Amino acid sequence: MASAVSSLSRSSGLTARPLATRDAPWLRYTLTAIALGFLALFLVLPLVAVFTEALRRGLGAYFAALNDPDGLHALKLTLFTAGLAVPANLVFGVAAAWCIAKFTFPGKSLLITLIDLPFAVSPVISGLIYVLLFGAQGWYGHYLAAEHPWLPGLQAWLIEQDFKIIFAVPGIVLATTFVTFPFIARELIPLMQTQGNDEEYAAITLGASGWQTFRKVTLPNIKWGLFYGVILCNARAMGEFGAVSVVSGHIRGETNTLPLHVEILYNEYQFVGAFAAASILALLALVTLVLKSLVEWAHARRHA
Amino acid sequence: MSRSHRSVIPGFGLSLGLTLTYLSLIVLLPLSAAFIKTLGMSWDGFWTAVASPRVVASYRISFLASLAAASVNCVFGLIVAWVLVRYPFPGRRIVDALVDLPFALPTAVAGIALTALYAPNGWIGALVAPYGVKIAFTEIGIFIALTFIGLPFVVRTLQPIIEELEPEFEEASASLGANRWQTLRRVIFPQLVPALLTGFAMAFARALGEYGSVVFISGNMPMRTEITPLLIITKLEQYDYAGATAIAVVMLGASFLMLLVINLLQKWSRRHHAV
Repeated sequence: MASAVSSLSRSSGLTARPLATRDAPWLRYTLTAIALGFLALFLVLPLVAVFTEALRRGLGAYFAALNDPDGLHALKLTLFTAGLAVPANLVFGVAAAWCIAKFTFPGKSLLITLIDLPFAVSPVISGLIYVLLFGAQGWYGHYLAAEHPWLPGLQAWLIEQDFKIIFAVPGIVLATTFVTFPFIARELIPLMQTQGNDEEYAAITLGASGWQTFRKVTLPNIKWGLFYGVILCNARAMGEFGAVSVVSGHIRGETNTLPLHVEILYNEYQFVGAFAAASILALLALVTLVLKSLVEWAHARRHA
Repeated sequence: MSRSHRSVIPGFGLSLGLTLTYLSLIVLLPLSAAFIKTLGMSWDGFWTAVASPRVVASYRISFLASLAAASVNCVFGLIVAWVLVRYPFPGRRIVDALVDLPFALPTAVAGIALTALYAPNGWIGALVAPYGVKIAFTEIGIFIALTFIGLPFVVRTLQPIIEELEPEFEEASASLGANRWQTLRRVIFPQLVPALLTGFAMAFARALGEYGSVVFISGNMPMRTEITPLLIITKLEQYDYAGATAIAVVMLGASFLMLLVINLLQKWSRRHHAV
């Protein structure tokens, strides 16, 4: 679904146009003014508001708000979650792109559609399905409560360890993985499809093993696409709110990610704290946009 | 490569096996849990859960606000995409990068920022308050948040299409005596329609399920400003898992329908452009 949303294979060449197909200056200026006005109102102003509200009581209050143990723990949990979800989806994305781009098999377009599914699902539902599976009322809860369970040793061990999935960190990681599932695969599949198999054939004909071919031929070709997918995937993983909100249970200092921490502070009317935490996330978003533009620029130069 | 003609590239079994296993564990199995859960409900129970007045009111507000936001994004997204591709101006690259902000900015941050702006004491809220207009905590607030979320879908779908427009059509149109406005309306616009509809469908689908940016600005009044995803959360907090899942299944049905529509639109758009 987000296939058209952002892709490296977008060129941006402004060429001089012949006079007859150029728009009149008044039209150009009017449309440019409307476009910039709309973007200023809808994109720039909210961004400015985050930092203004965060700094409302001055720099001292801002840094005092940032130096909050619950907030630091939330930041750590956010980084930890992204650190698990992004590599898992990276391995999957490469495997999916490899089998879809390099081989022909029945059901391929169905597989591509299924990979896209998480984009179509509301974040709230992404969290709900994991609650249904792993919550106290779900399959996992039934397994823990069963009298004659499958693998009784595992049940005893899980109960002894008090291993919880929902309202605990594993659920947060799972829900985040679901939500960010398609990002890297979606970026790599079209890229590897357009590159074709010729270079891999050559490498294998020259005696390279499959792993050598992947590492020395395919990987250098897809590295920018890979990096691009990782940036987008990571941004979503760190910022996910709806899905994580359903599975986390909002336990402060335990299962709060940074976006959830923002919500809690905001609902407690601690606006400076909420916007200070939000400003960290906004900075991460700006870094994401800069990295993304740099990758696009590097890619365009290579293919110029 | 047919089955009789085996590929020399290795790793098919491994990569497909890994893909299918991971897809099943992370996506298909959990999603099927929602459908299996509703199978355990009686038809009456299911119907009561998905068609009670409060739930129907939430469908209505989610649907109408998403429709309005996607429509507004079509108009302004078209202008933004056109300006970004056709009119060079200083800082164009920065503006272009900024269009992706709604993808990069966590929805909760967008939600509190928009609320701060549009609340009665916010920068924009205070401007319209003297005229008796309230934006935050009303349907208009929901619409604003959904417009923010949907903008990049329309712009990013249109940009590559505008870039690839054949200048010959415009030149032919101009040399045949059409003025610029006629060319824009009769020659260029029809070529953009498939992509515009695709962008609209994507923005609409995303808006239907959106939660984070809306909950802060909507005020969450039952029957008036309560969106469907929020109602699912409310039911979950009341431990009404069956009720929450029944509504989720209705939403999943709508999402899958939108996914189908978007796939068809993209196919149409591609064919339109292959000519």
